[in-house]
Amino acid sequence: MIAIFKREMRSYFTGVIGYVFLVLFLAIAGVVFAYTTLFSMSAEVTPFYTVMLIFSAIALPILTMKSFSEERKMKTEQLLLTSPVSIPGMVIGKFLAAFAMFAAALIFSSLYFLFLIPYAPIKAALLIGNVLALLLVGMTFISIGLFVSSLTENQLSAAVGTIAIIIGFLGIGILSSLFPANYWFRFVLESLSILQRFQNLTAGFFELSSFVYYISITAVFLYLTVRTYDRRRYN
Amino acid sequence: MIKAENLVKRYGANYALNDVSFEIGEGEVVGLLGPNGAGKSTAMNIITGFLSSTSGAAYVNGINILDDPIAAKKFIGFLPEQPPVYPDMTVAEYLDFVYDLKGVKLEREEHIAEVLSVVKLTDVKGRLIRNLSKGYKQRVGIAQALIGDPKVIIFDEPTVGLDPKQILEVRNLIRTLGKKHTVILSTHILAEVQAVCERVIIINKGKIIADEKTDELTRTIEDGYQYEARIVGPISQVASALKKISGVRSAAITGARDGEANVYNIESVGSSDIRRAIFTVCAENGWPMIGLAPTGTDLESIFIRLVDRSDRKADGTKGAKREKIRR
Repeated sequence: MIAIFKREMRSYFTGVIGYVFLVLFLAIAGVVFAYTTLFSMSAEVTPFYTVMLIFSAIALPILTMKSFSEERKMKTEQLLLTSPVSIPGMVIGKFLAAFAMFAAALIFSSLYFLFLIPYAPIKAALLIGNVLALLLVGMTFISIGLFVSSLTENQLSAAVGTIAIIIGFLGIGILSSLFPANYWFRFVLESLSILQRFQNLTAGFFELSSFVYYISITAVFLYLTVRTYDRRRYN
Repeated sequence: MIKAENLVKRYGANYALNDVSFEIGEGEVVGLLGPNGAGKSTAMNIITGFLSSTSGAAYVNGINILDDPIAAKKFIGFLPEQPPVYPDMTVAEYLDFVYDLKGVKLEREEHIAEVLSVVKLTDVKGRLIRNLSKGYKQRVGIAQALIGDPKVIIFDEPTVGLDPKQILEVRNLIRTLGKKHTVILSTHILAEVQAVCERVIIINKGKIIADEKTDELTRTIEDGYQYEARIVGPISQVASALKKISGVRSAAITGARDGEANVYNIESVGSSDIRRAIFTVCAENGWPMIGLAPTGTDLESIFIRLVDRSDRKADGTKGAKREKIRR
């Protein structure tokens, strides 16, 4: 698992994907930061993270698109699958590598808020809540990306497929607003919505169910990835 | 060391492997011989745990590969058909990664240096794998299989796509490895098996059709040897003279021509060597013989002969009939 994590981190930086991801993430974060705080004369943190969530929905699939499809195309997966490494170990190694990249980019861009301290009060708890919320969302996006990447040899279709699934998850939230306020189905959709939960967390509602929600979606997609590999041996 | 028990691999209605069983002892060097698509790679992929069989079981050092894959895989080094190398790594980095991946306990620097020297890659260890030639990539693949000093090394078509010099090098390397390891090697080249392996398992259409010592196979092939002779001379006289040679079962003109010469197909009885006699007959009659070469040593004709032989063993009359029809 550690070997795969290290190899994955390396591959981000021997190719272009790691650099593109980091540069783009930090650059976009800078622009978004400027617009949501400096230009709008506000010290609100949540708008920044909400926009970054939308951006992550595109950036993370690009980060994860290669992870399994490239191994499959280059036949290097034959090495991984015939080495004494468990399939879950392999999947988790790749997951942690992508997550580490995302966490590094997110935490670094969150430091921008330190510049605001002399001019406006920044509530540490709120900031941490927002970072945590986006980390949780990123986790689910990465697990979706890994799953889709394990299904195809083609990186581009992996990225597009992942973005489609993420849009589906985000769309559930929008769909829910079409139903009347106390209708049970609206409640179901809201509980499934990545966005709704995110807004709860960033508003300071640290509900246990939200943590369970993000962690279980991640677990489900990682499990599906493992199953994809298990299954492929029989085909 | 390796045991395959009634392995079956089915893709829809097609059988890639159909009830294949064999056992390979420690220190043996075994060749898996068969034409493309015979099921060699499938068998190897099942033994290494990359694929699962539809039914049957594979054991490595007594461990079922499905029950405890991690323990079983520790005993195996595998070179798949296409070397599983990462083009963006240098040779040294790649082997370092494989070392970590396999969780090897040997002294790192020393072990990797040793593997590099065995496959003669020490000079290029700092180069990106992307920039290496096909032969070098293949050697990196072999090096990868050697990391961790596994008891069993499995090579899937290790010489495909290499130039003749590289082929010899790889074969020599495998022979050297065979002294210390159990080696399984798949190939569709008969000469490769004869050069490297002590024992050969022949697979065709997913079934084992022969499993014997390489020497025995060689004898089988030479039994009823066929030759193609190119002789200048009157056709009917040449043919009848050839037929009179003792040890010749049949001699017939093929119809093909090589300049002035006619091409004859001659088959000997048993393992008697008739080449000298053919030459003498031609010389005495003043018929120039411009070519004499053994034929029927290609895999296809060997398969026919082996299938024949096993049929004959099972049922004398049927085999004899088939023998007639074939002729």
